Amino acid sequence: MGEQILNQIIWPVIHILCIVLPLVITVALYVWWERKVLGWMHVRMGPNKVGPFGLLQAFADVVKLLVKEVILPTNANRVLYYLAPLIALVPALAAWAVIPFSDRLVVSNANAGLLYLLAMTSLGVYGIILAGWASNSRYALLGAMRSAAQVISYELAMGLCLVCVLVLAGSLNLSDIVHAQEGTKGLLDWYWLPLLPVFVIYFISGVAETNRAPFDVAEGESEIVAGFHVEYSGSAFALFFLAEYANMILVSFLASILFLGGWLSPFPASWGLIGHSSILWLFAKAFFFAFMFLWFRATFPRYRYDQIMRLGWKVFIPIAIVWVLVAGCMKYYGIAGA
Amino acid sequence: MKRIISYFNSLLLAELLKGMAVTMRYMFSPKYTMRYPMEHIPKSNRFRGLHALRRYANGEERCIACKLCEAVCPALAITIDSAPRASDGQRRTTRYDIDLFKCIFCGFCEESCPVDSIVETSIHEYHFEQRGENVVTKLQLLAIGDRFEADIAAARAQDAAYR
Repeated sequence: MGEQILNQIIWPVIHILCIVLPLVITVALYVWWERKVLGWMHVRMGPNKVGPFGLLQAFADVVKLLVKEVILPTNANRVLYYLAPLIALVPALAAWAVIPFSDRLVVSNANAGLLYLLAMTSLGVYGIILAGWASNSRYALLGAMRSAAQVISYELAMGLCLVCVLVLAGSLNLSDIVHAQEGTKGLLDWYWLPLLPVFVIYFISGVAETNRAPFDVAEGESEIVAGFHVEYSGSAFALFFLAEYANMILVSFLASILFLGGWLSPFPASWGLIGHSSILWLFAKAFFFAFMFLWFRATFPRYRYDQIMRLGWKVFIPIAIVWVLVAGCMKYYGIAGA
Repeated sequence: MKRIISYFNSLLLAELLKGMAVTMRYMFSPKYTMRYPMEHIPKSNRFRGLHALRRYANGEERCIACKLCEAVCPALAITIDSAPRASDGQRRTTRYDIDLFKCIFCGFCEESCPVDSIVETSIHEYHFEQRGENVVTKLQLLAIGDRFEADIAAARAQDAAYR
């Protein structure tokens, strides 16, 4: 009995904490890093007053948000209003269960890991839609509608990109997908090379999925104030914030696992330390993608709504569909994929 | 042909990559930010900041209550009353108030002064905590002058050739 409780409750809870706590701290540091990078790219300095190099700025902001009042707008749907941030946050955290950090290090080595991820990342948008609807605000509703249309469009392109990876790897298990990219040629064996267009489409769709610049019409400060979370304040807003950044980090990890060989080293194993595959390689790759998010934000102006729809439906989806066939041919003729 | 080239340019994200190269270049360029309380931008010797009333080297106040500054002030920020001084009967001010809320820091008072008494110093960091503190009195102005006389004189000396 005691052993059963230990195995079924205590260990999973410890596993979950081992993922979620570092994730939350990473989110705080990522916010700091975003403000720093944006500052540098604007030829400013970014936060540099709170703590060394401004490192504690994000934590100070968290404390500020947590002690602020959560305001319920008039005629807002009370239940949905408070539920929406949780619905946005929970999938963003739950998706981390199937992420393999290294050969052994994964909370749940599920066979349908990729499918689970698709389900979880799609669920997050319900939080946004509910937040927009329950706020009883025009701006929030508009933001939610935009976000829903955008996420549905880009989910298709993203799904087709994942199909390409599936075709080459022949497995839905994320660890198996990484192992399928293992080879003698180092980084040339990874899927980014045979699936280059799909790799680009996947990452751009990931940016669109997380409602980040230049696809942030759901927030669109200049048009609809703050979009779906315009009425949220205090800790409820903090949850949305956390969900958004957790999703960004998730997309970064996914892109490095699916296309850049996860924890594999880009160098041959004979090169000693840097040829050794380890979790650090995964972090380095994910950091690269996380930086790309910020780089995009500092560089590109926001897409117009119809441009986003055009890009999703008329560019990304056709290319992705064609590349599914190409990937199938490459697999069939043995050019790429195990 | 042109359309084909531009089609492939947009498909290969050529312009977007160019834009990203620009932001990456700026990321490593020196920053313009002045860390204000620790660093200061150099000030001109003609900087017009907080006012001061000066004295001669023997301690006698320069102001002779001619009221030219009061007359020239476009914002009507200066108020002067005068009377013969009790000790020697010289014409002196009994009241010299400058309302810093009205003052536009144009420097006309300083230009009009025949004895270089009222000057604008380079002090620009000051604040008020109480209602009414915006009106600085003669005693306060003289105190500012006493305290920063060296700076004031140095700035006037640098600019003397152009006056």
